[in-house]
Amino acid sequence: MKSVVKQEVLALNGDEAVAYAVKQSDVDVVAAYPITPQTIIVEKFSEYVANGEVETEFVCTESEHSALTACLAASATGARAFTASASAGLALMHEMLFVTSGCRAPVVMAIANRALSAPLNIHGDHSDTMAQRDSGWIQMYVENAQEAYDSIIQAFRIAENLHVLLPVIVGLDGFTLSHTLENVQTLSDEAVKKFVGTRQFPKVMSHEGKTVPFRLDPENPMSMGPIALPNYYFEFKRQQEEAMRNALSVIQHVNEEFGKISGRSYGDGLLDPYMLDDAEIAVVCLGSTAGTVKAVVNELRADGVKAGVLRMRTFRPLPVDGIVDALRKVKAVAVMDRSMSFGGSGGPVFHEVRHALYDLPAHPYIVNYIYGLGGRDTSPTQIRQIFEDLRGIVQTKRVESSVKYVGLRE
Amino acid sequence: MFSEWKFTAKDIAEKPDLFLSGHRACAGCGPATVLRLIMKAVRGPTIVTNATGCMEVVASIYPYTSWATPWLHTAFETAAANAAGIETALKIMKKKSKIKQEQIDVIALAGDGGTYDIGIQALSGAVERGHDFLFVLYDNEAYMNTGIQRSGGTPLGASTTTSPAGTAIPGKLEHKKPIADIMVAHGMPYVATASPYYWRDLLVKVRRGIEVNGPAFLHVFAPCPRGWRSDPAKSIELSRLAVETCIFPLWEAVNSEYQLSAPSKVMALSPQKKKLVKEYLQVQGRFRHLFTPKYEKMLGDIQRITDERWQRLLKKCGITQPAKTA
Ligand SMILES: Cc1ncc(C[n+]2csc(CCOP(=O)(O)OP(=O)(O)O)c2C)c(N)n1
Ligand code: SF4
Ligand SMILES: [Mg+2]
Repeated sequence: MKSVVKQEVLALNGDEAVAYAVKQSDVDVVAAYPITPQTIIVEKFSEYVANGEVETEFVCTESEHSALTACLAASATGARAFTASASAGLALMHEMLFVTSGCRAPVVMAIANRALSAPLNIHGDHSDTMAQRDSGWIQMYVENAQEAYDSIIQAFRIAENLHVLLPVIVGLDGFTLSHTLENVQTLSDEAVKKFVGTRQFPKVMSHEGKTVPFRLDPENPMSMGPIALPNYYFEFKRQQEEAMRNALSVIQHVNEEFGKISGRSYGDGLLDPYMLDDAEIAVVCLGSTAGTVKAVVNELRADGVKAGVLRMRTFRPLPVDGIVDALRKVKAVAVMDRSMSFGGSGGPVFHEVRHALYDLPAHPYIVNYIYGLGGRDTSPTQIRQIFEDLRGIVQTKRVESSVKYVGLRE
Repeated sequence: MFSEWKFTAKDIAEKPDLFLSGHRACAGCGPATVLRLIMKAVRGPTIVTNATGCMEVVASIYPYTSWATPWLHTAFETAAANAAGIETALKIMKKKSKIKQEQIDVIALAGDGGTYDIGIQALSGAVERGHDFLFVLYDNEAYMNTGIQRSGGTPLGASTTTSPAGTAIPGKLEHKKPIADIMVAHGMPYVATASPYYWRDLLVKVRRGIEVNGPAFLHVFAPCPRGWRSDPAKSIELSRLAVETCIFPLWEAVNSEYQLSAPSKVMALSPQKKKLVKEYLQVQGRFRHLFTPKYEKMLGDIQRITDERWQRLLKKCGITQPAKTA
């Protein structure tokens, strides 16, 4: 794809790329609380505010719980709101994640993915966001700082789409992405502002029987966040599920639209396959690890091995049909999980991919690799070994153990 | 600093209600009366946000609502953070011409649980940051919505379901946290206490809390017949007794300067009018055990502590009491 607008290359780390995207997205309210490795986002944004470079109110709250709550309330009032967090901060927000999605507040949040205590660890893994899987937020994981920048801009369009109206998390791997400098192509302020547009509101029926915009407006009074008893609660939840389903095509569409102005798109927005068309063995993963896996695939391909990668860019809503299509012809699949589901049978991504393939008449062999917890490095050699294992499985037609750990002292 | 507008009974009768009837509060509910009164004192377009608790639950059962003004509930501990978010959004949206109203006021409502206990962090943070909103604590002195459990605002000796009066323990052993003083210590521009019996005083304070620039905190006494085991017909009488016994004195602190409000000033200037706490305690089932030989010592403790707190308040207000013979 060719870019239709002029772009400027800036040297930014992942956190700075996020802050820069927020700066350009005509955000009204940013409320946040610092935590490693997200701090740079908050600091950078504070700088923009201090220098008068943004028309945004920044609220440096006393906790993440209040940060998300303030964003939710600002969003209910009609503002475009953004926050960022990680690890313990996201865990502290847990209660409010459900309230935010339940109130249908299109808040966007960047998460610099980090391990959860205990033991305390500030490094990257996906335990924090995976623990929020069922909170009703759209979840996207990016591969590099460029994609972090692009995805934050896209996230506002996705969240605020009237068929969606759900909050979005954009996850970037702690340190690997949050703190690593990259050349990032950036759009002009005007191009971004135009792309995100102004926030629209659905029309709903108020208690006075009038059709009113869905926000707190003294001219059109409405009660938001009420109590719903067993006679109504269930329908609210079903509507959230419907919105998630709608998000699938909206994410695809926004990815495509963004491609038109920037020349960059990420697979179909949901899944980003690499060398998968004729692949016999494949790795499924999220986030920055995909970069390493792609490099290994290039080497294997040079040796004539039919290897491929399926990077899951969108984890919620789960693109089930896309996963099935992408993997149906593969003989053996390794799913990489950077978090654990203690006592479950493998990690959360494994559960999902294996589940998606269940309805195929003949599905590939599938194994799970838990890797990189607490920031442990995963090397190309280890990825090569995973592909080697897959070749063995194809040859022997046997999976010896469905859950394995990468680079772990046992 | 404040407008001179005084509320008359006619004003109140003529002003349309913003907290409407039809909600499901118990008969004689003090908090429901307080909310209705408060909403009579707004100065214009107002957004209300409510912590989880009785008042949220009785008034917003989907698809019904008692709120004729925009209203938001998110969680139990979040009233102040909600207000912070709303106020911030209004500020920037006005600046960007995304809304047309010149002025929209923000009121946060929370019970004692949502203020003294689980909500104090968000409240303290929002006040420290200086958001322009009025926080109204309606104090019914326990977690009523969940079945009368103790809070940091439950008074000494009260029997609740988590501080029950038993054969070994005489109800709650800890004192009521001086929440309004804690708020004054934040250095905030306006803090006041009020009681619905003195409705005009309450309304004026609401209006002042709204008019002041920056955060305001209003602590309103709100009897709960269900939780206090009191006669539903006596809620307003109790809210008078609490002031007359100086259990709940009425005062204002404008920029941390304490000043007694008229109903309590009477008690200060004519100490003989100050009633014994016993009179207030004996009409409430939650204190019934204190009127048995086993626990009656506590009555003395409550009287002593009430007097001590009262004297401390008088000092803060710069009042020296007239000698008895004067
Ligand atoms: C985080 C959280 N913990 C506990 C509860 C349960 N809960 C709901 S309301 C409430 C008590 C409310 O007490 P208070 O603030 O005094 O209001 P009241 O019901 O007395 O009006 C409790 C404990 C909750 N909703 N959320
Ligand atoms: S329990 Fe108390 S506060 Fe709650 S509605 Fe009944 S009287 Fe009002
Ligand atoms: Mg209470």
